[in-house]
Amino acid sequence: MSAAEERAAPVAYISPRRRSRRIANALRGEAAQGLLLVSPTFLYALVLLAAPLALVLLLSFWTQNYLEIDRTFTLANYREAWTDPLYRLLMLRSLAISGIVTVLTVILAFPIAYFVAFHVKRNRALWLFLITIPFWTSYLLRVFLWKVILGYNGVLNSALIWLGLIEEPLTFILYDVNAVILTLTHAWAPFAILPIYVALSRIDRSLLEAAEDLGDGPLRRFFRVTLPLAMPGVLAAALIVFIPTVGDYVTPRLVGGSDGLMIANIIQVQFGKANDAPLGAALSVSSMAIVAAISLMLLLVGRRIGGASR
Amino acid sequence: MSAAGRSMGLRGYALLYLLFLYAPVILLPLFAFNDSAIIAFPLSGFTTAAFTQLWETPALHAAVWNSLKVGVAAALISTALGICAARAATRSRFPGKRPIMGLIMAPLVLPEIIIAVALLIVLVQLGMPLSLWTVALGHVLICTPFAVAILSSAFLALDQSLEEASLDLGETRVGTFFRVTLPLVAPGIVASLLISFTLSLDEFIIAFFLTGSDATLPVYIWSQLRFTAKLPSVMALGFLLLLFSLLLLIAAEWFRRRARRGAGDEGWI
Repeated sequence: MSAAEERAAPVAYISPRRRSRRIANALRGEAAQGLLLVSPTFLYALVLLAAPLALVLLLSFWTQNYLEIDRTFTLANYREAWTDPLYRLLMLRSLAISGIVTVLTVILAFPIAYFVAFHVKRNRALWLFLITIPFWTSYLLRVFLWKVILGYNGVLNSALIWLGLIEEPLTFILYDVNAVILTLTHAWAPFAILPIYVALSRIDRSLLEAAEDLGDGPLRRFFRVTLPLAMPGVLAAALIVFIPTVGDYVTPRLVGGSDGLMIANIIQVQFGKANDAPLGAALSVSSMAIVAAISLMLLLVGRRIGGASR
Repeated sequence: MSAAGRSMGLRGYALLYLLFLYAPVILLPLFAFNDSAIIAFPLSGFTTAAFTQLWETPALHAAVWNSLKVGVAAALISTALGICAARAATRSRFPGKRPIMGLIMAPLVLPEIIIAVALLIVLVQLGMPLSLWTVALGHVLICTPFAVAILSSAFLALDQSLEEASLDLGETRVGTFFRVTLPLVAPGIVASLLISFTLSLDEFIIAFFLTGSDATLPVYIWSQLRFTAKLPSVMALGFLLLLFSLLLLIAAEWFRRRARRGAGDEGWI
């Protein structure tokens, strides 16, 4: 027996049972270590995110008189949240605005992501950096700047009048739903571009060549190969834009006027001036539930499309 | 259309889109230096009066100081939490990994107003006074997912055999972590600190809900937006903030690339 074989021998003679136990022990050690390591972060999220969200849920079943919280279980807040015409209007409007913004953002973002992924050879990093810079300027100021641009005596109108293109200021995107949609579409653009870009750049180029060799023209190839393969990115982009925009507070407040207010604005009022935290909680829970349901549906539909194409 | 034509068309579209993305940002320097209280064309003249005014506003200085305190605290805590979670996520399998990591990353997809409302309810119920600390607590929540993402890629790029070598040579696990692992992922840690700080500096909703009498910078800006006379100085402030954020980001990107060098990717996502 050579020295090497001698050294290898003890390992080889371990019975299968002992070996599996040894693996289990190692795994248990690894699992314990992993749990220990993740525990500070997990505890933080548990105490400051999960527990507060649970309390929001609890509070939504209580009532409030001035500063006193009445802890008897009631569905009154939900009844009010779901039947009051104002809340219903704001909820539907928020969903509609976010839906339009999501579709617009994804459609506008796709060609950019496609361009950077397939047509930019060098400087790809530079393009992505250029796209993300506006996102890193203060959100508050970006939204406010749109107000300055779109205002009655704003940058756009004053520039157009100065250039002699119009006589009277344009008013169709001033303090209304259109202004909110435009501003949100601008604010969330990078969030849509990046996931689509990642999905596109992961596509195996040989698949595209194969489609071409098998006789697909550019258009057919795009719809039969590229788009289905990019679907996970498109879906991620849609969700990343849709979920937070439903709850946007700043944009409707600054550029929406009274016709452009959304659900977050009325939630804030419940916690502030109206001093009805339980109703605010019920509104928050309701909108989260609706958003979650829509997101799940989107995911299922998207998976189905993705699955069918495979 | 030929392939070259398609490429040209896409490039044209891309440039137009960039113009749309930059339209508001370009206005900041334009009107920060414009010699008029009204934000409209035509421009009337060059002045640095708005910047001088910033220099003479004590409330603004207090807000900057508050934001710095909150930002540093949030960056330090979220990066420390990020190191723990990223290390665990990249190196170990453990029961409940998916739900645990899901909860930690959840603030990425939760509307900020929901996080703000939830924290506000808890703090009010506990009778805790609102302060800069409560703002920092909220900011740690939203910064941690970014820290985890940046640090995960730093840990993934780390060559595991270096740690094994250290263990084989007789260094303890703790010693290996501090003397081998940490120095190697240091660029990732710096990038995480910078990104977290930038996020905290810009965050408005949570600060708006959770601050007491001390305003952070965005909360201060929000209070100024109502006064038209203050607009030029708000523009000037926005311009300075943009430059500052850009500096931080370029620094963060530089460190992030160093952290991922050798990992074989471009280091962007």
